[in-house]
Amino acid sequence: MGKTGFMKLTATALAALAIGATAVNAADDLNDPYRGPALEALQGKSIAYLPISIGFDLAQAWGGVVKTESERYGMTFTSQDPNWNTDAMAQGMTALIAERPDVIVTQNPDMQSLARLMKQATKAGIVVVQLNMQGAVQTDAFVGPDFIAMGEQAANMMLEKCGAGTDTSHKVAIVQGVLTGGVSYYQVQGMMKVFNEHPEIEIVSSQAADWDASKARAITETALQQHPDMCGVIDVWDGQGIGTGAAIKQAGKQGEVFFITSGGGAQSMCNGLEDGTYSAVINYNAPGMGRDAWTAIMVALQNGQGAGAIKTQIYSPTRVMTKDDVQAGTCWDPEQYAKILR
Amino acid sequence: MDLSKVFRLLNQERIVFLLTLLLFAAFSLTLNNFLSAGNLLSLVRSVAVLGILGLGMLIVVLGRGIDLSLVATMAISVAWAMQLVSQGMPVYAAMTSGLLFALGISLVTGILVAYAEIPPLFATLAMATFIYGFGRAHMITGTDVVYMPKNMGWIVELGQGHFLGLPMPILVAAGMALAVFLFLKYTKLGAFIYAIGDNLSASRIGGIPVRPMLALQYVVSGGIAFVAGIITATSVEAMNTRVVNSNMIYDVILVVVLGGVGLSGGRGNVRNVIVGTLLIGVLMNGMTIMDVEYTIQNVIKSLILLLAIVVDSIVNPRDEQTGQQGDI
Repeated sequence: MGKTGFMKLTATALAALAIGATAVNAADDLNDPYRGPALEALQGKSIAYLPISIGFDLAQAWGGVVKTESERYGMTFTSQDPNWNTDAMAQGMTALIAERPDVIVTQNPDMQSLARLMKQATKAGIVVVQLNMQGAVQTDAFVGPDFIAMGEQAANMMLEKCGAGTDTSHKVAIVQGVLTGGVSYYQVQGMMKVFNEHPEIEIVSSQAADWDASKARAITETALQQHPDMCGVIDVWDGQGIGTGAAIKQAGKQGEVFFITSGGGAQSMCNGLEDGTYSAVINYNAPGMGRDAWTAIMVALQNGQGAGAIKTQIYSPTRVMTKDDVQAGTCWDPEQYAKILR
Repeated sequence: MDLSKVFRLLNQERIVFLLTLLLFAAFSLTLNNFLSAGNLLSLVRSVAVLGILGLGMLIVVLGRGIDLSLVATMAISVAWAMQLVSQGMPVYAAMTSGLLFALGISLVTGILVAYAEIPPLFATLAMATFIYGFGRAHMITGTDVVYMPKNMGWIVELGQGHFLGLPMPILVAAGMALAVFLFLKYTKLGAFIYAIGDNLSASRIGGIPVRPMLALQYVVSGGIAFVAGIITATSVEAMNTRVVNSNMIYDVILVVVLGGVGLSGGRGNVRNVIVGTLLIGVLMNGMTIMDVEYTIQNVIKSLILLLAIVVDSIVNPRDEQTGQQGDI
């Protein structure tokens, strides 16, 4: 072997070594040892979505977010629309338990209707995530606002405007949803806890409007007739509150009567703030809840403990908003999520 | 004075009217501000839409039918029209589309009843489900509450405006009541409706075009439903299609039956609907002022209805004729 031959060999060997070393380095860089198992835990799993209705903004945002993310990780997503019918929902849940998806994402219409079925689902090894309202049984995750705390928060906001230190009539009206629904019931419970400690506040009307804006409008109109010096009104949901706000506006009291409501932050909420229908809102950000639900699903599928082993209450962050907080893009467009679900 | 003679003077309409006066007097004496002009206006206003829908129901019931699809037609046609506006269609074109949808779909209902001879109860029940389901699946693409666009123009005044100090919904309801009254009393078509409701076979032998007339009743009630929907939507700046799932349609039947319109057809007029609507209005307003719970309100409302029916059946016992015609 000549000198050149040796040099060539050395060069080749060095080159090979360099390439090999690079390859080894590359493998070190790219191989995230935790990603594989995580993807595997998600891949091919099925999610069934069963809210009380797919027709309203909150359910569209939750489902839209969960569907988008689940498809990203190769999971199947199916949804059912019981259209506010509790019986149809219970039937749907029964059918789902027989079908055995890996995850059921649901929303309780009330405390009891689905409690037994959710217990069965957990026993069958199905991860159950409850949205917005908790049934009488705890499952892998509950995702939703702490409605009692939200009621207290609304009441405390009202105290600032109409409480003891203010030069007002201290008269407050509450517009409830349906009496048996937890979303309404717990909020009112929280409000009353605060108001009972403040005897100066006079609750002049506390009526249920059945989640119907027309009824809310009629009730509030009458309440304002009876108490023209009304200081504030609290409505438990912005979709119904649009009627309450219309009554305040049509009585010529917009700006005089402080009107607080709450909702998931759809575009209609920003519009209502902008045109003065709502004085202030507590926004619990429905797409954020969708993200929380998706997080709960990832945790439950990856922790390997099986359905129902770890139970978590995931309370949604809320944000108080007034007209000043509204900018382009502050609120979200339900139609965008409705399209994803369709 | 002979008690039976007094009884004979009392038909259901008068009973309900007396009941309304009694409640009115009781509330006036016991509730602060009940008699104030503002409260009386809001009382009438809160039942204006119910009254308008009652007029539509009246026309159908007079011809011995019933229209359970009124609320579905109202909600879907108006929600769709408002969605078209927010999607950029000119307001007039969108409103015309909504109205044509309401008229067209009720024509289908009318044809089912008049030509396919499906009993109105089933035909309209099925159509209500169809209209809502089709509307939610293919027409209203976003949420089930369609918010009113900002550029609706003068139409907003129908729900929110005032004329001579009176809220527009009351005036629209009064105008509609007058129109239906004139239609039923002074037009040939109105007389035909009574005749058909009274005796369908005899009307046919008498040369009345029975089938087209039946179809027409449903078309008219569909048009009235659209107007009621516009008032609702512009009052609260949104149309909630979920109202189809509520018991609103029963409230509409309630004001019609309560006022004394016979479900067996041929008997009743606009006055009956007004009386029935006023009773519900006085009752709901009084209970709202008293801050009565919603569920209890429903119980009281149904007890009043039962009371009116029981009193009616005592003072106007069923005879052979009503027995033969049969009620629903």
